[in-house]
Parts: sequence; C-alpha cells; structure tokens
Amino acid sequence: MPEVRVEGATKAYGAVRALQGVSLTVNAGEYLCVVGPSGCGKTTLIKTIAGIVKPDAGEVYIEGEAATALPIEERGVGYVFQEIALFPHMNSYDNVSYGLMVKGATPRERESPVEEMLYMMGLDGFATLYPRELSGGARQKTAISRALVSGSTLLLLDEPLGALDLKVRTSLRYELRKLVKDLGLTAIHVTHDQEEALSISDRIVVMKAGRIVEVGPPQEMYLNPRELFTAKFLGEANFFTGTVKKYTDHVAEVAVNGSTIMAAAREVTPLKEGERCVLAIRPEFVELVNDPAGGNTWECTVMSASFVGDHFRYELRASNGEVFLSKAAVRGDAAGFAAGDKVYAALPEERLLTFRYPEEGLEKALSLE
Amino acid sequence: MSEAVLRRLDELSSNQLSKRLAYMGSIFFLVFFILLPPVLGISLKIGLVGQVLQDAALLDRAKAAIFYSFAIAFGVATLDLVLALPMAWIIARGNSKWRNVMDALADIPFIIPTVALGFSTLLFWSGTGPLSLLGFSVQPGLPLILLLHFAFSYPVIVRVMVGELLAYNVIYETAAKTLGAKAFTIARTVTLPLLRPGLIAAFLLAFARSLSETGATVMVAGVFENGPVFIKNAKDAGLEGPMVLVSFTLIIFSVTVFALIRLLGPRLKLPLNRVLPGLEAKLSSRRTVNMRDGATLAIFALFVLAPSIYITFPALGALTDGTIQNALSGRGIWSEYWQAMALSYTIGAVATIINVVTGLPVAILIARKRLGKLATTVLDAAVNIPIVVPSVALGVSLSFFWRSFGFLPEFWIIVFAHTTITYTYFVQAMAASIEGIPEEMEETARTLGSRPLMVFRRIIVPLTKYSIFSGAILTFTRSVDETGATTAVSQSLKTAPVLLVSWVKHVVPATTSDIALGIAFLVLTSFASLLALRLVVYRRSK
Amino acid sequence: MPSISVRNLTKRFRSLKAVDDVSFEVRDGEYLCVLGSTGSGKTTLLRLISGIIQPTEGEILFGGVDVSNIPTEERNAVYVPQTYALFPHLTVLKNVAYGPLSKEVPRPEAEESALKVLRMVRLDARADAYPNELSGGMQQRVALARGLASGSNTLLLDEPLGALDIRLRLELRTELRRLAKESGLTVIHVTHDQEEAMTIGDRILVLRHGKLQQHSTPFHVYNRPGNIFVANFVGNSNFLEGIVENREVIGSVIRLRENLRVNVADVSFEPEEPVVVAVREEKLSISPRARDDKENRFSGEVEAIHFLGEWTRYTVRLVNGDQVAARVPIGSPVKAVAVGDWVSVSFNPVHTHVYESPTIGLQRELEVY
Repeated sequence: MPEVRVEGATKAYGAVRALQGVSLTVNAGEYLCVVGPSGCGKTTLIKTIAGIVKPDAGEVYIEGEAATALPIEERGVGYVFQEIALFPHMNSYDNVSYGLMVKGATPRERESPVEEMLYMMGLDGFATLYPRELSGGARQKTAISRALVSGSTLLLLDEPLGALDLKVRTSLRYELRKLVKDLGLTAIHVTHDQEEALSISDRIVVMKAGRIVEVGPPQEMYLNPRELFTAKFLGEANFFTGTVKKYTDHVAEVAVNGSTIMAAAREVTPLKEGERCVLAIRPEFVELVNDPAGGNTWECTVMSASFVGDHFRYELRASNGEVFLSKAAVRGDAAGFAAGDKVYAALPEERLLTFRYPEEGLEKALSLE
Repeated sequence: MSEAVLRRLDELSSNQLSKRLAYMGSIFFLVFFILLPPVLGISLKIGLVGQVLQDAALLDRAKAAIFYSFAIAFGVATLDLVLALPMAWIIARGNSKWRNVMDALADIPFIIPTVALGFSTLLFWSGTGPLSLLGFSVQPGLPLILLLHFAFSYPVIVRVMVGELLAYNVIYETAAKTLGAKAFTIARTVTLPLLRPGLIAAFLLAFARSLSETGATVMVAGVFENGPVFIKNAKDAGLEGPMVLVSFTLIIFSVTVFALIRLLGPRLKLPLNRVLPGLEAKLSSRRTVNMRDGATLAIFALFVLAPSIYITFPALGALTDGTIQNALSGRGIWSEYWQAMALSYTIGAVATIINVVTGLPVAILIARKRLGKLATTVLDAAVNIPIVVPSVALGVSLSFFWRSFGFLPEFWIIVFAHTTITYTYFVQAMAASIEGIPEEMEETARTLGSRPLMVFRRIIVPLTKYSIFSGAILTFTRSVDETGATTAVSQSLKTAPVLLVSWVKHVVPATTSDIALGIAFLVLTSFASLLALRLVVYRRSK
Repeated sequence: MPSISVRNLTKRFRSLKAVDDVSFEVRDGEYLCVLGSTGSGKTTLLRLISGIIQPTEGEILFGGVDVSNIPTEERNAVYVPQTYALFPHLTVLKNVAYGPLSKEVPRPEAEESALKVLRMVRLDARADAYPNELSGGMQQRVALARGLASGSNTLLLDEPLGALDIRLRLELRTELRRLAKESGLTVIHVTHDQEEAMTIGDRILVLRHGKLQQHSTPFHVYNRPGNIFVANFVGNSNFLEGIVENREVIGSVIRLRENLRVNVADVSFEPEEPVVVAVREEKLSISPRARDDKENRFSGEVEAIHFLGEWTRYTVRLVNGDQVAARVPIGSPVKAVAVGDWVSVSFNPVHTHVYESPTIGLQRELEVY
C-alpha cells in the first residue's frame, strides 16, 4: 500500500498556476526529494499533501485513505517548515512534546519519548533553552524532532536545511536521511539544493512551472535523464543544437554547426534522420587534451579559466563557433590551462545525451520559469 | 522652499553639531512643556490639600470617588477584554467582505466624540429609549456609567487585537495543526500566549480611557461621583483643595498601576501543561463557535452599537421641529455654539501643528534608538506618561502651573493642555511607522551620497507620509473631542464639547433636540476628517 | 597606492568583538571576496568601511587618507545590503538615478546616465517598473546598477547573490565580476559561499569570529590553507589526529591512532608534538584492496557511498578506526566498489597539511564557526 498518492492536484493563485494536474506516488519507507526552481510548485505540492493548501481539483490519498477533505489536524502528517516555526514562548522540550500533549498525554507520559528523541538528535543539553537562544542547526533539529515525536509515519520537509551554513548543511543532511531510515519513516523533502537531493534521496522529482518534469533515482536522473530540463537543472550541462544525419540502434550521427558528432543512441529518445535535436553533455565529461584524439574532438580556444579548488572551470569557444563549459578535476599539481590557450575538447560518445528538439524552443524549455 | 536654502540645510544636516541641536531642541520641548508642567503644577498647590483633610465628609467623598474610578476602570477593562476579544477574532479571521463592515461598525464608539456617546447612552438606557417600551430604564448613576464605559472601551480592545491578529504570523497555528491540535487548543496554547503583549496593551488602553474620560461621564453620572466627576463638581463649587488632592492621587495611583501591570503582566503564566482532547475538540466544533459568535454579536449590538447610534433619532428629529433653523441663525443658546466650534477647531489645528513639528524628531530618536538602549527606553516611557494620567488631573495641574506665571492667556493654556494630551498619539504612531522602514534603506541612501536631511526628505517622508497624515488627523480629532482637561482649565472660554456637557446638565436651557443637533454637527465634522483618513488608508493599501 | 587600507580595525559591541584587530589592503580595481560564516564579522566590516558605524579602534584609509572624520555620504563607497534596499516608492530608473541626483547632477542628465547603466545590465525595458514588480534576480541587478550609476569607484556588496536560486547565482556570479572589471571598480564582496569566493575573487580574505584567518589568492587559500579553520571551511578536508614520530629534511612521519603512520611534507613540528594532519577529500585515491603496503596507503572498509552528481563520495573506516572521506570525479569512477568492501586509500604526502593540535580539541574546533 503506497504511503502517499496525489492525483491530478491543481491549484491556482489568481493568475499564477502553482500546480497543474500533478500526480505522484510515494512508496512507504521511501526518501523522496522534490527539486525545482523557485515558483515551480514544490512547496505548494507538499502543503497540499499536508492539508495546509486546499487544491482546486485533484485528490490526496494517505495510506490508502482519501485525505483530500480532511483538515490539517486530522491527517497525521509531520511537517517541518522552511521558517522552522518553533513556538517562541516554549522551550525546546515543550516544543518537542507539543504533539503528544495535544493528544492528551500527561507530563509523565511525555517524558520518555521526548527525552529519547532529544538524545538521539544530540539536543539533550538544550532542553530548557528557548528557540531564540539556540543556534540555527539546533533549531532545525528541534523542529525535526517536534515533527517526529508526534508519531506520524509520514514526514514532509520544506527546505529543512535552508537556513544553515554550508558545512552544517552537508553534515546534517546525512544525519537526516539516517534518522528517517532508522525510524522506518517515509519522507518527502523539498529543496532547491540539487546536490542535497542527489546525495540522500531514493528518488528525485524535478518540477517546473507547476508540473512534474521527471521522476527517477538520482544516478539515473543525473547520468541518463529523459527530459532536457532535468539535464539542465540537476548539475550543469552544455547544450548543442543539431540535425540528425544518420541514426542506428547504437549511434546517432549529428551535425552541429558544421562539425559532425557521434553520440550514443538512447532508448529513451529515439530520433529520426533529418530531425532537429539537442545534444547535452555535462562539463565534467568534457576532457581537455593537448592533441586531437579522434572522433568528437573540437579545436577550441580557452575564453576564461577559473580555479575553483577541486576543479578548474573553463569557458571554451570551439572553431565551429559553439561556446561551452568544461570542468576538469585538479590532477596532481597541474596548473591547468589559461585564457587564450588553444586546446582540444573531447566529447565522449557515451556521455552525449540526445534529446528531441523541444517544440517550445530550446531557450523556453531550459528557462527556469 | 528655494533650492539654495534646502541645499544649505542639507549640508548642515551632515554636521554633527547641528543635528544634535535639532534633537536636543525637541527633547527640551518634551521635558519643559509636556512633562514638567503637570508635575510641577500639582506640587505648587499641594498645600491646599489641608483644606480637605480637615473636612471629614469631603474627605470621604474624595476617597470614594478615587476608589470608584479605579474599580470601574478595572472592571470595565476586564469585561471588555473578555467580551471584545471574540469580536476581534471574528473581524480578523472572517472573510473580507464582512470584515470591513464589522470593522467599521465596531469602530463607531471610538471615532464619535465621547460627548455624543454620553448623550446617546443617556437617551438610550434612561429617558425615552427603547427600553422604556419594555417598562424599565437605567437612571443616571453607577450602572449607567458602567454601561457607558463598557461601550467606549470596547472598540479600543477590538482595534488593538485586530491589529495584533492580522500582524501575527499564522504559521505557528499551522504548525500546531500539523501536530494535531484543534482550534480551541491552539488558541489557548499558542495564539493567546503569543499575543500576550497585545492583550496587556489593549487592557491598559481600555483602562486608561475609562479612568480619564470626563465629559460623557459627567452627563450620565447623576449624583454619583468618580474621580473626574468629583473634580468637576469641586471646580464648579470653587474648591481648589479637593481638586488638588484627587488629581494628585489619581496621577500617583494611575502611574503605579500602569507600571505594575506592565511589569507583572508578562509574568502571568497560563496553564499549559495538559490538554483534554475530548473537551477541547467539542469546544472547537462548528456549533460552539457559532454559538460564541452569535453571543458576541448580540452583546455588541445591544450594549455597544445601539446605544452609540441612538442619537441619530433625535438628531433627525431636530431637522423637522425647527431646531435647525435656530441653529443656523445662531439664535438664543446657539450663538455660543458656533463660537465654541470655531474655538475647538482652532485649538485642534494649533495643537496638531505643534505636535508634528516637535514630535517628529523625538519619534526618530525612539525609532532609531539613536540615544542608546537605556536612554531610548526612558524616552519611550516618558512619552507615554500623558496618556497614563487621567486628562482631568492633567488639566488641573497644568492650569495651576501656567496660571502661576500670570501672563499666559487662557487660549494658550488650553492649547498646551491639548498638545500634552495628544503628544503621545502622534509620537508613537510616527515611531512605529519609522521603525517599519528598514534602517538599511537610509544607510544605503547615505552611501550613495545623500546627506541625512535629503535622506529624510526623499526616503522617509514619502514612505511615512501616510502615517504623518493619519497621526495628525488622530491628534486633531482627539483634541476636538477633549473634555477632561479642558473642563479643568477653562474659565471663560468654552470648547464645543464642554459647551454641550453644560447643555446636558441643564446649566443652559437646551432641549433634547438642541443637544442632539449640536452633537450631530460635531460628529459630522469629526467623521469628515476620519473619512479623509480612511480614504488615504484605502489608497495607500492599493 | 592601495585603494582601501584597514589597520588594526576593531569594533566592539558591549563585550563582543565583532571585528578583532583586522589589517589588510585592497588594491585599486581589485575584486576582493571576504569569506566567512554568519557571525564572522564580515557585514560589520563592510559597515565600518562605508562609515555607517564607527570603529572602536584602528583606522580606515581611502587612497591613503584617514576617513574617520569623513561622513558616509562623502566617502564615495556604495553599500549594497543583502536585501538590496531598493526604494519601494521610486521606479527602477529613479532608484538608479538616486546617486547622481544626491550629488546635485541635474535630473535629465542623471536619468540619462541611469538609463545607460540599465542598458548595461539589460534592464532598460523595465525602467518604469517598481521594485516590487521585479523578480529577485532583476532586483539584484537594479541594486548593482544603482551602485554603478552613482559614480563611485568602490562597491561594498553584502551577500549580493545570497537571496537567489542556485541556478541564478551561478549565472550572475561571473556577470557581477565582469561588470565590475569593465567599469574599473574596486569591489569588496562578502559571502559565505566559498565556491563563489574562489570563482570570482582576485583575492580572498577569510574571517572567523572577527579575526582574519588568511588573505591570499584563491589558489593559495585552497592549496596552502593557513590553519584548520580555513582547511575545513574552504573545500572539504579530512582531519587526522596524531603525534610527530620523526622529522627528516624533506618530510615528517606522523603516528596516528593504533600506530598507523602517515608521511607528510611538513617539517615545522618537533617529534612528540601532537598535531592534526589535513588532506582534501579529492586528493585521496580509492582502489580495490592492494596486497602490498606502500607509503601512505591504508586499508579500510567502505561505510557509505554518496552520489553527489559531479563527485562520488566514499566514507571509509580505516584499519586504525579513523574515518575518512574520499571524493572521486564522476568522469573517472572507481570500479566495482560497494558498501562493505575493503579498499585501499592512498594520497601523496605533498597534499597534506599539518597543524598544531587545537587546545579545545579537534572535534570542537571543527564545529565552531
């Protein structure tokens, strides 16, 4: 029995269409991340599941039961707000025990589950402190504890790590996933940080302009996305427009700006000869070498070069006019290339992703709105 | 203003010294014209207290009056808090169509001058009111005072709490709902505790209003005496001693009570430890909520709205029975009336201008905490003193103070009294508005090359001009409405409300029609200025 | 002549030193990034330089001249706060023209040059719009344009990209630098994002609790981190505690837990001194377990594998109990390694950094930002 099912959820705020017929099934015990640009509807989606937002159309099922008509307080879903929303007039302990108190538990009855949770989260030293006295990380953990202690098996998180500094965020996200898995919960975690989503989710949902673009496991979505927008939004990607010259089971021969590229044919996007198409390749797969090595190598000039610690970031202009990025991991003590250098960029066949040319035009398909 | 003058002023504003002088000047005004006179005035005549202490009967009367002032204020404020809070809830949380209507209706007892409220209440509950049809009426005295004070303090609670509820972040309630809490539980465990500062502020304002109001109370008091009524009676009898004693006591007690409630209020702990889910779910049910709302609206309609607007009947009657002709031609008692109206509006305008000019720098000092945390807190508290003290006591003190100098004409004493009483409203409104503008905006403007005065002119004023305007309007209206201090201060001059009180007490032969019409003119002009305010608000919010 | 000089600058708020004895110089036309987490004093530093607040001790010089008596409006250093502080009652054009207007440039001229700057940031079409009608990215550009149009030669930017979506941040980063360089401005750009700082800064200044940690080029900050804090805050590092066993001319040997020995290139510590060895995650290589022991090659069990998109991160528990993380670029993945497998972890002594063991203990030192 799937934990959550959303069918055709639609919600508009005036002229803004926050959700346009969104359908999604989340399995019990799954850690699902929802990503997308701001305004894509990801927060509206989980608010609809929680009951905070009433959809104009569509249904929500929680554990098989129709939940669309249920008010928030009867859905039994734990929610962690982006603004954290700890009750300012209660200390950590009282905040975390609120869910139990509301169900009628006496102070004595609440002691044990609350203290256990605080201990698990490393918050036992902060029980008597008020939210304003806690650090950002501690506040975040308290908000998560509060949602968990109330006993719900479904956890909805809205940018739960958003307010934290980078280092705290990266260590806390693994703790979060571990906790959810250890407790056997189902989690739907909304974030704008796609590295966060890639590192801790079982599946990722990519949304844009109120619709779901694609759903899949992280590696799949990153290395073999079906949709152009997924390729653009998860990580970075270079895009080349071209025409298909030849297409077989294994290889697509594509003309790009006068050059010819061989790309691996992908089952998910079969193409026809003469069709316009888009090729995408992630900058980290574009290798820069000093000599041409064979197929799919373009002569380029380095337009700009940045050192970004663990990698170099190059902006390249190929002799055929295409401008694109390459990211090269720092190897040994190599100094990397400099602006003005002439190099050869190798685009490995199996890393070039083929897509049909989008109806609405490439720019619109890739835009964040 | 010519460009060159502006430029010179702008340059000066960068100069540390000239800035300091401007601020010091406004604080000087605050201390020597607003705060000191009331304190010193009473002290000058403190010797007269002996008069009363020797007269046992008079002393008893005085003690009773003081006691009743506080008892009534406390009782009314508590009752209002409990009964008006659900009304604020209905307005703040209801759907917007009804909300504006309810909001406007609930505001009526607040915006019509208290003399209108007093007379309307008098007619409604005693005399010829609808209750007489049922066979009973409430005669002037303590019960009628309670009904009156309940009605005019009710909108204070509603106003403050609607503001608090609208500004309050609903996310805490949503969070509580996701944790399974029902409406009643949420109100009890989350919303009210978080609104406590607002509740305390609302209580204190209602309390202050009841303690201070004079004109309307005199109209409905009959032979009963609370503080203000006693003082007026003493003045009419020419006894300065009792005036000093009661004023002095009222001032001391009211400041103490306010300080105590301010300090202890936040420490009151509401029981939060247990929730009875079954019971609280029932209390959250549709049925209970509907019953509660129904009762609230009924109480509002019967005890607040109806008594407030009842006066329209006799006022309309005055249009047909010939009174209006007398009024417009200034015949008989009406000759004094138009003079009084002119005086009221002149005083109002002058007091408002003084407040705007001297109050703005103080508002900036408070809003931007320029003097540091401690000094700002002291300044803030000092600015609040005039509304804590009952206006009649203030008036008595000011009268003694300025008269001891001998040379100040009565007109100016009344102007200073009004300035003192309305100073707080303007400064606090402006301070709140300036606080709402992020200081970063001023800072950024300065780094772009703008001198402080230019920043003020180009950034602060445009963004707060609504507040300046509404602050001025409120100040003006409050001044026109003022009865307490004016009663204490005036000897030969009469403002419109003071005149109307004397008509009701039959000092002058005025018929019900006369009074109703006189009040109606006053109300209409008040309405006109407040309507202007509403329009500005409406346009601003677009 | 350095554009801005800061000497022994200290700012105290009651007992707290927000800025603590900081000294540095900014060259004319330099793009300096000040890097630190919340509470590091970076915003206070900007406010001190712009004149919005006065220092407790120390001096600030613009072009060699002490500015302590020069009021903010005469310092000619534009401050752009994180919230942009666009004037809500003025149109975009009037906002941008505000600087020149303040300096008494006649209105038509001021608006003319404002329009020119708006063209540079591609917002001339929205000149008559009000700030609240624009998206976050557009507002940011208006704030920038306002600074550029003011005629000032110094920009002080407080987290200019902080409020934006990750995608937008990446796009606007380089544009920000380009505009500044084209206009010949000196920029101090405050951020908590170390990748941002490294990509666009000519030099980086790292702050912690108001104290200067390191001030150098991105390359140096990354490859020669001056202390544990910088090694941890910039990039991702592993930290191992040990004691110096012996010291040679070209390097030392550090003895870790359970007598595991590490070769390092550092020679500044005496034998028996307790130290911390830092190695960046991407400098560790992972391979299926090797038989022979070589220098700096250790065995360990893979505890977790996290997919991060461009990198795959392996958490390995070494034989001696220490836990390390290794990052492998997706372009050159490690074959056939799964959770629970035993692997060999190795690194070059040249990539190690050795630091004095912190008095408050390594754990606490890494937690405190």
